[in-house]
Amino acid sequence: MQSRLVYMDHGATTPVRKEVFDYMAPYFQEQYGNPSSLHAPGREVRQAVEESREKTASALGAKEDEIYFTAGGTESNNIALRGAAKKRAKPGHIITSSVEHHAVLDVCKELENEGHRVTYLPVDQYGRVDPESLKEAIEDDTFMISIMAANNEIGTLQPVRELGAVARDKGILFHTDAVQVVGQLPVNVADLNVDFLSLSAHKFNGPKGIGALYMRKGIKIDPLYRGGSQERKLRPGTENVPGIIGLGKAIELAVSEIPEKKKKLEHLRDRLIKGLLDIGEVYLNGHHKERLPGNVNVSFQYIEGESVLLSLDMEGIAASSGSACSSGSLEPSHVLSAIGLDHSMAHGSVRFSLGYGNTEEDIDYVLEKASPIVERLRSMSPTYHAR
Amino acid sequence: MYSEKVMDHFTNPRNVGELPDADAIGETGSFKCGDTMKLYLKVKNDRIEDIKFQTFGCGAAIASSSMLTEMVKGRTIDEAARVTNHDVADKLGGLPPLKLHCSNLAADALQNAIVDYKSKQHSG
Ligand SMILES: Cc1ncc(COP(=O)(O)O)c(C=O)c1O
Ligand code: FES
Repeated sequence: MQSRLVYMDHGATTPVRKEVFDYMAPYFQEQYGNPSSLHAPGREVRQAVEESREKTASALGAKEDEIYFTAGGTESNNIALRGAAKKRAKPGHIITSSVEHHAVLDVCKELENEGHRVTYLPVDQYGRVDPESLKEAIEDDTFMISIMAANNEIGTLQPVRELGAVARDKGILFHTDAVQVVGQLPVNVADLNVDFLSLSAHKFNGPKGIGALYMRKGIKIDPLYRGGSQERKLRPGTENVPGIIGLGKAIELAVSEIPEKKKKLEHLRDRLIKGLLDIGEVYLNGHHKERLPGNVNVSFQYIEGESVLLSLDMEGIAASSGSACSSGSLEPSHVLSAIGLDHSMAHGSVRFSLGYGNTEEDIDYVLEKASPIVERLRSMSPTYHAR
Repeated sequence: MYSEKVMDHFTNPRNVGELPDADAIGETGSFKCGDTMKLYLKVKNDRIEDIKFQTFGCGAAIASSSMLTEMVKGRTIDEAARVTNHDVADKLGGLPPLKLHCSNLAADALQNAIVDYKSKQHSG
């Protein structure tokens, strides 16, 4: 039986690193104080939480009081977008892109229902937003622009710095969902001209259910929840202390290792892309250079992504797909549609996302297995025979 | 998410391929997801002597195609015409709710093949 596991779904989530886990462990049973308490156990935990905030701030080139811990990427996005909208006296205009994660898109849809207007900027064939088109989309009452730093499906990097500069120039708030980027590529909030940035620990070998929102000093938005004064009232509720401690350690480690890890992952990524394309009638989705170091997304023509995933899974290879058949909905992913893939190519898309721990041997193994899988499924496909 | 039966038919699909001298062919595409299937029948004395399929689709679609061919091979056309997508799904040990339509693909291809067969009977 198959015993080997090759995990290539780091875009979905990553394992917690041992160093991170060990660092968090005391905060469950030994250091259990509430950071808001005045007594010594509480004060000690408060200090640890603030150290984590410092680490997070320093990883982003931010100040400590610009970092707010949240329950993850989804919550950070919600707090930024909804919070900015709530602060306004009357509805206004928001600009985002057509390839955002649902944690931005669905918030925008809801804000539309509440009377705001939203422009969903188109992207080019690689999934990039053109800063010129952003400039043209700005209206008198545009109050928020939200463009992700890198796409979770196809790995395309956005020109955040240029987009941020357009927003800054017009005095409009700019948010970037950097969930896929933090810990993978260097991020500096000042360089990027961003006012808000969302990150999530489980994408860089930290724990799940913890993230942070960077909000530039001086900006005021309304909180979504009411309660205590934690996180300066922007995110009330007793802190997820072990999570915060884990996030701080994970971001510190990940950021210190970026140069080395980036080089390694880009090499493995490009090997995997080349090997898969060599199968024939396999196409790369996203940009060949402007992409996340660990992201590989290809379309296997004539076959369906879910069938490929099931077959890979039987060989112990964990990947994911934006194809309709494997997602909850039956529509192919909005990202693949936005870059202009037709139905059948969107159907055949599979994402391999590499991370810490993947090796040359993993690439060899996936390439060895992928070719016969594709061949078998193609031999069953009417469109392959009709080509 | 899939039953063992589904995985068995997905991994070792029965009756995959084409029949060059088919007496009838049924093609269909799913409105829901855009997947497609093609079914070939060889019929003798109104009985399905041989059957083969080709499917572009998810695991459930491939398994349903395979199961359907097993269910109707050797049956008369009239018996085969009564097989529904629910019968196929049941035989597979059930399908996840979102994947029920995939068994339609197989059932529809069969209905289309039967229509094709009957139309040829009349004209020939
Ligand atoms: C781009 C992007 N934004 C937001 C999220 C949501 O993050 P979380 O799972 O921490 O809520 C994800 C993760 O799936 C993501 O990839
Ligand atoms: S056949 Fe398309 S989802 Fe199953």
